[in-house]
Amino acid sequence: MSLGPGPSDVDLLTGGLPGGPVRFRRRRRFSGRSSIVAAVSTVVFFGLLAAAITGAPGWAQVQRAFLNPTFFWGSLPDVVGHFWVNVQLFLVAEVLILGLGLVLAVLRSLPGPVLFPIRLLATFYVDLFRAIPGVLVIYMLGFGIPGLGIAGIPVDPFLWAVVALTLLYSAYVSEVYRAGIESIHPSQEAAARSLGLTRAQALRFVVLPQAVRRVIPPLLNDFIGLQKDTVLVSFVGVVDIFRTAQIKQAATFNFSPYLAVALVFILMTFPLARVVDWLVARDRRRASAAAR
Amino acid sequence: MTTGAGTAGPASPATPALRIEGLHKSFGSLPVLRGIDLAVAEHEVVCLIGASGSGKSTLLRCVNLLEDIDAGRIFVGSEEITAPKIDVDRIRRHIGIVFQSYNLFPHLRVVENVALAPRRVLGRSRTTAESEALALLERFGLADKARDYPDRLSGGQQQRVAIVRALAMSPRLLLLDEVTSALDPELVAEVLDVIRGLAAGGMTMLIATHEMGFARDIADRVCFLDAGRILEEGAPDRIFREPREERTRRFLDRVIAAGRL
Repeated sequence: MSLGPGPSDVDLLTGGLPGGPVRFRRRRRFSGRSSIVAAVSTVVFFGLLAAAITGAPGWAQVQRAFLNPTFFWGSLPDVVGHFWVNVQLFLVAEVLILGLGLVLAVLRSLPGPVLFPIRLLATFYVDLFRAIPGVLVIYMLGFGIPGLGIAGIPVDPFLWAVVALTLLYSAYVSEVYRAGIESIHPSQEAAARSLGLTRAQALRFVVLPQAVRRVIPPLLNDFIGLQKDTVLVSFVGVVDIFRTAQIKQAATFNFSPYLAVALVFILMTFPLARVVDWLVARDRRRASAAAR
Repeated sequence: MTTGAGTAGPASPATPALRIEGLHKSFGSLPVLRGIDLAVAEHEVVCLIGASGSGKSTLLRCVNLLEDIDAGRIFVGSEEITAPKIDVDRIRRHIGIVFQSYNLFPHLRVVENVALAPRRVLGRSRTTAESEALALLERFGLADKARDYPDRLSGGQQQRVAIVRALAMSPRLLLLDEVTSALDPELVAEVLDVIRGLAAGGMTMLIATHEMGFARDIADRVCFLDAGRILEEGAPDRIFREPREERTRRFLDRVIAAGRL
């Protein structure tokens, strides 16, 4: 492979069609060299990092505490088994969050001075639940409400964990929806209204379908966060994946079960993150195709 | 100004399809329409000409109640549509408008664009609305595009779909807001041909346009707007051959110099 500048310059001077093919060839040649450089620098970087860690004075103890294969593999079946609790929590909360977030976003987008109190309340809600650390909300609902001792109020901590996550995440998700609604050009609503659709119909059939489609990648991004935050339920006594690992750690004084937890979340999240990237790239392609 | 307006009753043949009286409209401190009086008879085609910013588009948007007006009254048939407490959604059903930038719904297929309002506003079933939409698309040579999304269509095709979408509500009045201004020159003719066909079919139309040749062909009457007023109106031959007002003459001279007439 020729990497010298000479032939490329000649290509540039004599290349047949203007622009395109010659420049493309040049870029490809550079990208071939780039990947070699990238590979070498990656190996060197991680090699140095590994050497620094394994050469550290406390490495032997840390390795025993965190990377014990017996405890790791021993805890894995039980850890995976209790992951089902997190999955249930995630699925139920996600559906509720998508609904409540959309309602909040629509309430905040309502026009007119008469509806100002509604907008104010919705805005306060969104600000409030974005301000409070999630673990506090889970504590307050999970211990506080059953603690009131009111007859007929459920005391199941799983239920209150679902409520807490829904309150927290619907505040974030409503902002994502709202950005989507505001990104739809007003001429779309004007076109719908000019045909006789009511304001609600224009929102339902013209604005929201476009807005929601546009915000699917950032919504999925929020759900990656939600997946991980499901472990917060362990704070109010639900035995989920994290609590299971904690119990095992307390029994054996070994932290390897936590690594099993991390592995499960990595395996769950990586594919979702790739889907998000793919969706973003597809949207960008579509946008440039539509603008052509 | 006519008196006794606003008395609701059956439209007699003499009642104009559209009547505008003393219409004023400002955006903030900027007056855009400063006393428009205009009547359009049934089956009449009226073209609005004038420089950009003279108020043509605003006038059309006011007629479709997309803008609140500051003063004046607008009647469709014998009904005052600017009366307080009027049901604007019911009024808009009978007045079609086509915009310069098409404004098709990008998430819906062509046939769904056309069928949306008949389904949701008139309560037609999906099958009825879509088969009616297909028949209309066929009439305007767009049947083969019915299942495509709007971004697959050329500008001229998109604008024709927008016209079909407005027609699907069987409007008694069609407003066209510079519908060819955003099109490449070679796509203008197909859209103008559609409008000529509608005029021949007796559609009542109020058209804001920069296409002077087209206005001369199609209009029963041409109104020259200048600074928010109708400065001069009359038969197209008269307006284009012997304009009475100095400003009209200067506007037409500029248009001719630009090769648009």
